[in-house]
Amino acid sequence: MATRTDPKKDVVILGLGWTGSILGMELAQEGLEILALERGEDRNTVPDFQYPGVIDELKYGIRYGFMQKPTKMTLTVRHNTEQTALPYRHLGSFLPGDGVGGAGIHWNGHTWRTQDVELRLKSYVEETFGADIIPEGMQIQDWGVTQEELEPYYDRLEYMMGISGKAGNINGEIQEGGNPFEAPRARDYPNPPLDNTYDAELFADAARKFGYHPFPRPAANASRAYTNEYGMQLGPCNYCGFCERFGCLNYSKASPQTCILDALKQKPNFSYKTHAEVLKIEKAADGKTATGVTYFDEKTGDEVFQPADLVLVCTYSLNNVHLLLLSGIGQPYDPATGEGVVGRNYSYQMTGGTALFFKDKNFNPFIGTGSVGMSIDDFSISQIDFAEEGFIGGSYITGGHTGGRPIQQLSTPPGTPSWGQGWKEAAGQWYACKMSIGSHGSNMSYRDCYLDLDPTYTDRHGRPLMRMTFNWKDNDIKMTQFMKGKIEEVAKSMNPDKMASGFKHDGSQYDVRPYQSTHNVGGAIMGTDPKTSVINRYLQSWDCHNVFVMGASAYPQNTQYNPTGPLGALAYWAADAIRKDYLKNPRPLM
Amino acid sequence: MTDIPGRVSRRGFLMGSAASAAYATLMNPSLSYAQGELPPLEEYEPVYFTADEWRFVMAACDRLIPAEGDGPGALETRVPVFIDLQMAGSFGDASDWYMAGPHQPDADPLLGFQSPLTPAQIYRQAIPAFQEWCQTTHGDAFENLDSATKDKALTSLQKGDVALAPELRDFFSFLLQNTKEGYFADPKYGGNYQLKAWAYIGFPGARAAYTEWVTRHNQTYPLPALSISGERA
Ligand SMILES: Cc1cc2nc3c(=O)[nH]c(=O)nc-3n(C[C@H](O)[C@H](O)[C@H](O)COP(=O)(O)OP(=O)(O)OC[C@H]3O[C@@H](n4cnc5c(N)ncnc54)[C@H](O)[C@@H]3O)c2cc1C
Ligand code: SF4
Repeated sequence: MATRTDPKKDVVILGLGWTGSILGMELAQEGLEILALERGEDRNTVPDFQYPGVIDELKYGIRYGFMQKPTKMTLTVRHNTEQTALPYRHLGSFLPGDGVGGAGIHWNGHTWRTQDVELRLKSYVEETFGADIIPEGMQIQDWGVTQEELEPYYDRLEYMMGISGKAGNINGEIQEGGNPFEAPRARDYPNPPLDNTYDAELFADAARKFGYHPFPRPAANASRAYTNEYGMQLGPCNYCGFCERFGCLNYSKASPQTCILDALKQKPNFSYKTHAEVLKIEKAADGKTATGVTYFDEKTGDEVFQPADLVLVCTYSLNNVHLLLLSGIGQPYDPATGEGVVGRNYSYQMTGGTALFFKDKNFNPFIGTGSVGMSIDDFSISQIDFAEEGFIGGSYITGGHTGGRPIQQLSTPPGTPSWGQGWKEAAGQWYACKMSIGSHGSNMSYRDCYLDLDPTYTDRHGRPLMRMTFNWKDNDIKMTQFMKGKIEEVAKSMNPDKMASGFKHDGSQYDVRPYQSTHNVGGAIMGTDPKTSVINRYLQSWDCHNVFVMGASAYPQNTQYNPTGPLGALAYWAADAIRKDYLKNPRPLM
Repeated sequence: MTDIPGRVSRRGFLMGSAASAAYATLMNPSLSYAQGELPPLEEYEPVYFTADEWRFVMAACDRLIPAEGDGPGALETRVPVFIDLQMAGSFGDASDWYMAGPHQPDADPLLGFQSPLTPAQIYRQAIPAFQEWCQTTHGDAFENLDSATKDKALTSLQKGDVALAPELRDFFSFLLQNTKEGYFADPKYGGNYQLKAWAYIGFPGARAAYTEWVTRHNQTYPLPALSISGERA
């Protein structure tokens, strides 16, 4: 029960990470009274990401200083509906953010657009290959928006973030040196590509010999000084090698802090509270709208009711789904019957890679940024004949590295003992001589991969934790094994002294321990049918029309790319629908 | 890092540790940043570990990253000090972790850490259990075995051949991970003494600014390692 009720706001934003900051800025321009509630602490480049304190691998890279603390919030995990789910007690496989800026402070910055066919995957597969190639239990869907509709919003996102890259397709004209398989874009990236590290160049040269089309991976690490539409300034990246898992010391990595928040904080109609953990979205008596939210004020210990006309859920995909389940917004998904929607179609990211060791090369691994690298999209979703290969999906493949932080990023060749003199000598001998080629691939959605409330484990407020039921499936393992074949071919052509591959294989089960990606998607998916989606194509709840749910929880299945490009574009797209349509006449937009 | 009441503060030496003349040869030696040597490791008084535990930790680190061969060993780089301070701090007591029950410590390892015990408690309970196994199997406490037998014993521990309660099954992986962390973390945490582990592999530490070096492919970066406190190797 709330111990306090605060004065009503027009808009309450739940979570002040990437999507919360974008929505805050866009709606502040409408003159609305906006309050953002952020559960974690306030964070600013100075003092939080300042040199030299932030260059601390143990504190931030290994002990996860900037990330969600499981003691305050976590979930439980199991492989299938027969198993008992157990808590994700310390971070490993994925690293959700916490505090102002969210995971947007400690991301890498790979900023992609999806392919057109990914947004209408089910239709594309059925039209092109026939519905019968979709395996039993796979539950892919169309998103309800097209790439063409999203193009202007991707453009805004990329210009807001100051992305460094090279266009491959401007209005249908293929551009030399860019990604020829990308969907048409209206103009080039705002900044030129970053300088390539040695490994990226070697990979690109080798890939060209196979007839592939390498291009610079689009990077939210600025390649030069840049000012965005909000007047926020980025300075050129200095390849510090402490990028992902760290806040940027140099105002170079796009983050809510560097691209939005200082401008937003100047708006008198915007305010935010930290240490304010939203516990529940409150519904009106008729259940058709929300009246506001109840949050826990960590500083006073109060439970506060914050009334608002518009509730924007921006708490990161997993937290979004958890909040909807706890608030009773939308019917929970039941895998036994296939009915219900909240929690449906949780999916992840299928990654793998090959390490190459060269006795006579020095890669200076410590010189790197979160996103530098040369990629190919020759084996992307739109380029693969699913019927012939026997799987649905694809990957982008990259040569490059982000840093040489020795606790996390040092690796030794296959056959090296894990300790003792053999390990020590191999560590010294090979530290600078290793490069890798990675595959970043799609993951389809399945009937029995989903999110619901755990029957046993609770959080510090006594509320059920969310439960994840997830495992790798044959389709996606086949996809990654296909990529392994392609990558090893290129790798061998580069003549390394030693080589080692790590890809999921037959029988691989989901392991929560090693880091894989913070690309948890689905569970509050978008679509055009309320029977199979939680939100409509404007990210508006089908159940409560004044609740909009941002983030990768909207993805009906994962794309082959990192999620922030599409979720950022969708945030601008939803903001536009709210500004141009919803505010004038609040109602279900579909 | 907390100072324990009633003990001499160690913060002084940990924060401003010394630089090595030996590794300063790459630079103009007059630029190296020296604050004097720390007292020998043997004189270090552990904050968390008991005397018995400390003998084990010292001996185990000495095998996990031995002095033999190229590169400094774990004792030369004061890795045991790092582990001791980690046990006394928020890692040791799992303060960020979800520790609520019910616990199923023998669960499928793919579902991750499930022990009801914190890392510090795991060290505390697993060390005597492993010592007992060493006594029964090899006839002496771990630290008294010869190097080859120590390596054998650690291999058995790593492979799960030493019968430990399921609550303790992550002991070896913590020990190995913490040893490597102590070797490579910033010296302010008590290990990587005089930045020797960084200097050995060629990691420049906290330099964090390489703009004009990105395109100098396959060349050796010239500056030695730098720590957060400004100490240089
Ligand atoms: C190490 C790492 C590397 C990554 N690299 C990339 C990459 O290269 N490319 C890419 O596309 N993506 C990357 N990501 C993912 C990217 O960070 C996320 O996609 C993005 O930040 C999601 O935006 P969001 O607004 O949904 O969530 P966030 O930016 O995480 O913001 C959510 C905010 O909500 C707050 N919150 C949560 N629950 C509550 C509550 N109950 N009440 C109040 N506040 C709450 C959180 O504290 C957080 O501040 C990476 C992530 C990590 C961790
Ligand atoms: S690599 Fe560049 S963008 Fe990343 S943290 Fe360092 S300076 Fe910032």
